[in-house]
Amino acid sequence: MAITLEHYLVVAALLLTIGLFGILLNRRNVIIILMSVELILLSVNVNLIAFSTELGDLTGQIFALLILTVAAAEAAIGLAILVVFFRNRGNIEIEDINSMKG
Amino acid sequence: MAEIITGLAFYLFAAATIASALMVVTSRNAVHSVLFLILAFFSASALFVLRGAEFVAMILVIVYVGAVAVLFLFVVMMLHVGENRLFQGVKRFGVVGVLVGLAVLAELVLVVTTRAFRPENPAPATNPQPEGVNVTEALGQILYTDYFLLFQMSGLVLLVAMIGAITLTLRSRDGVKRQSIPQQIERSRQEAVALRKVESGKGIG
Repeated sequence: MAITLEHYLVVAALLLTIGLFGILLNRRNVIIILMSVELILLSVNVNLIAFSTELGDLTGQIFALLILTVAAAEAAIGLAILVVFFRNRGNIEIEDINSMKG
Repeated sequence: MAEIITGLAFYLFAAATIASALMVVTSRNAVHSVLFLILAFFSASALFVLRGAEFVAMILVIVYVGAVAVLFLFVVMMLHVGENRLFQGVKRFGVVGVLVGLAVLAELVLVVTTRAFRPENPAPATNPQPEGVNVTEALGQILYTDYFLLFQMSGLVLLVAMIGAITLTLRSRDGVKRQSIPQQIERSRQEAVALRKVESGKGIG
């Protein structure tokens, strides 16, 4: 029952799929979408760490640290935008976010 | 024996990660979603520890559980968020969702079945892990030398994010008294101080 690289890759792929479905099939809540983005970034980190330790190369862990930084910045900006949007519109339901007709 | 324990721990934490990630997406209450997000990150950091990357695991706990998750929790509590209903968009986005799901599933199958990602003669490691040094020290030795520019730039990214979040959410409200430094400096002695001659035995007015 040795744990190999493939085990970690499967976990990361499942996390990525869950995050994607969270974004695609969610029509109600923007916060859940932001959390799904965090899940996707976590799956990227799992992949980087798995390959880094498999190959004995520390570069992957440096990459994971940088991704962590960017994810934190992204969460802060995203939530700030959400707060401003809520202040202007009174709710954050995705169905109502259509003022740009996109 | 140790291998069995490691394997069991891997399956435990991997199952916890996947299950809590599913709960993040499907949970009806947004607060529960945030709490499951915390659990997912916690189990993922346990997976990192099993893999021998302690430093990144601890940073993950500090950054996500300590900062990002609390930020999410704060915003969820502050805003009125309705119930989350997954599959509400199935009618409009069902086809896209199924296509993306199939594509990801195909990639999953490729990952498990092929070994193309592990070449016969891999390139030598750019930063091989040195012997007799723990991961934290080894990471510090390259992060502050070879990757110093990236380190500084990630600091810059965080600074810009901080300024952006502040300027986005800052607003001036009516009826709140604020300090105005130009006004304070402009005050002259004449309007600030008055000298009165007070006779002894009597007060003023």
